[in-house]
Amino acid sequence: MFKNILVANRGEIALRVIRAAKELGVRTTAVYSEADVDSMHVHLADEAVCIGPASSAESYLDMQAILSAAEIANVDAIHPGYGFLSENPRFAELCEECNVKFIGPSAEVISTMGDKNQARATATKFGVPVTPGSEGIVQGEEDAIKIAEEIGFPVMIKATAGGGGRGMRPAFNKASFVSAFHAAQTEAEACFGNGDCYIEKLVENPHHVEFQIVADQQGRVKELGERDCSMQRRNQKIIEETPSPLISEDLRNRMAEASEALVKNIGYENAGTIEYLVDDKENFYFMEMNTRIQVEHPITEEVRGCDLIKEQIRIAAGIPLSEHVMESSPRGHSIECRINAEDPYNNFIPSPGKINLFYAPGGRGVRVDTHVYSGYEVPPHYDSMIAKLIVTGATRDIAIARMIRSLNEFVIKGIKTTIPFQVSILKHNAFRTGDYNIAWVEKFLASEPGPPDVPEIMLEED
Amino acid sequence: MRDTWQLTTDQSSSEKSENETQPNRIAVDFKDIKQIVELMDEHGLSQFKLKQEDTMLELKKGGDLDIAAVQALLAAAPAPQAHAAAPVAGAAPVAGAAPAEAPAADSGPPAGTEEITSPMVGTFYTAASPDSDAFVQVGDKVSADTTVCIVEAMKVMNEINAETSGEIVEILVENGTAVQFGEPLFRVKSA
Repeated sequence: MFKNILVANRGEIALRVIRAAKELGVRTTAVYSEADVDSMHVHLADEAVCIGPASSAESYLDMQAILSAAEIANVDAIHPGYGFLSENPRFAELCEECNVKFIGPSAEVISTMGDKNQARATATKFGVPVTPGSEGIVQGEEDAIKIAEEIGFPVMIKATAGGGGRGMRPAFNKASFVSAFHAAQTEAEACFGNGDCYIEKLVENPHHVEFQIVADQQGRVKELGERDCSMQRRNQKIIEETPSPLISEDLRNRMAEASEALVKNIGYENAGTIEYLVDDKENFYFMEMNTRIQVEHPITEEVRGCDLIKEQIRIAAGIPLSEHVMESSPRGHSIECRINAEDPYNNFIPSPGKINLFYAPGGRGVRVDTHVYSGYEVPPHYDSMIAKLIVTGATRDIAIARMIRSLNEFVIKGIKTTIPFQVSILKHNAFRTGDYNIAWVEKFLASEPGPPDVPEIMLEED
Repeated sequence: MRDTWQLTTDQSSSEKSENETQPNRIAVDFKDIKQIVELMDEHGLSQFKLKQEDTMLELKKGGDLDIAAVQALLAAAPAPQAHAAAPVAGAAPVAGAAPAEAPAADSGPPAGTEEITSPMVGTFYTAASPDSDAFVQVGDKVSADTTVCIVEAMKVMNEINAETSGEIVEILVENGTAVQFGEPLFRVKSA
């Protein structure tokens, strides 16, 4: 087992990794930017190294600063969390060169699956269905139009270097195709430094269903079930649940088999997630693979009774997957709400600032993963997620009631959060019946005029 | 959570005739003090002093207790050792170092001096090699592009320039010690 792990991340995931490492008896080293000096992960790590100013580019994305910190702190492993450098093959490679174990798959696998277009080809090669699409990068406007017509509209133009919902544009007919194509290329170039695009058939009103897998160095692979992440706003997930309320047992088995096969064939190591789109005819299509731990991993942990971060650390240290993971089967229903520091009734404008009072809900089946506390100043420099509320119950209805109760109990004063908005979604009939898809939130936002009546805990002000 | 307040009043006991008018005298009673405290809180002020002929009122707010309270809650966790813990001036210090270092963090470098801080994470060296002379000694005059030290990161020796001019009055880090971003390395008396 490692002696000292450096956590190359911030916020709630840095805290999550530190907690798991502590339970394994491993020392932890936090890195932080000047804006994060008061962050909880800095306080709880055994050592902390300031690596740069507030800007992510000069701190959490600065490979040299992080590896220098790893060097002076004498660590033997780095956990990259999610986002930042977690899917950067160059960083994984540098870790290897510096003799520090990168907790994740190899640089090669990250590179292959990180190139979206190449990942599609790999999936096809190993029998995983993909949406009908171009055979590789589209070479130019004329080529693109021809392919789009062959596939049949509507189509989605996607950046091969893209991710996180960026660098994609839909085109519903030939007339709008050309401008969409150029827009996608331009955005891809600007965001990812690579304007190459490919084209896929647009699956209309799909469900986003992803499968969690883990694989150890001994070659054992275990799929740990699906998560339905269709509640999205602008391609950003806001609520996730497991099991998916809509897929049949048969479809689940087919998707699980395909996921396991793909992972085995590419020689994957550590935790990963395969994302699919599912249409209303029970067809599933490979979308992309995330070669890292995901934000919503806790709901899988709750229904499977496992600790995925600990498994990640163990796998990287050469220890086989835990028996309870190999033998696990799902039990109960779990839902996660991502609590963001945003004003949902003002176009989700970010709401950084000081949290005067933070009171998290508790009780049976309630888990809060957060790095914030009363008096914490939410910095404006990073993404707006400040907490994850994960609620588990024996049945889906119990989980929903528990989530509504917990959200109503949650007090965060001083900034705006998405909590009241999430309450209104959970209460909506569409959520209860499970009849929602990726397009649902936008429609809901367009129809709802303003903040709903939500009972709040009234605090005595003196 | 309540902040601590230091309240000093000094009212002279000499009696004054009520008929004598005192030009520009502000009578301060408890309600006023409460209002001043609220105003200070609202505007993030930490000191207020009112001196009059026979009255002196001083209000001082003690520390950022929200952070301190949380740190107290974390007392069970072992105190982290930030590498050569040197909190960024003005920011709350890392837990564990809090009680002793708070006053130091608030005071900053002495007047007339400034600090050269490390622009990167790495190992601090005073000379180009073990056999060479140190780049600078206490008493040396430096200008903006004088090389003052090396910070080694990932086998790359980075020469660090003073970026300021003046006289070296103190070398704050020992040769061969690990330094983090923003860590003070030298104290320089401004030219």
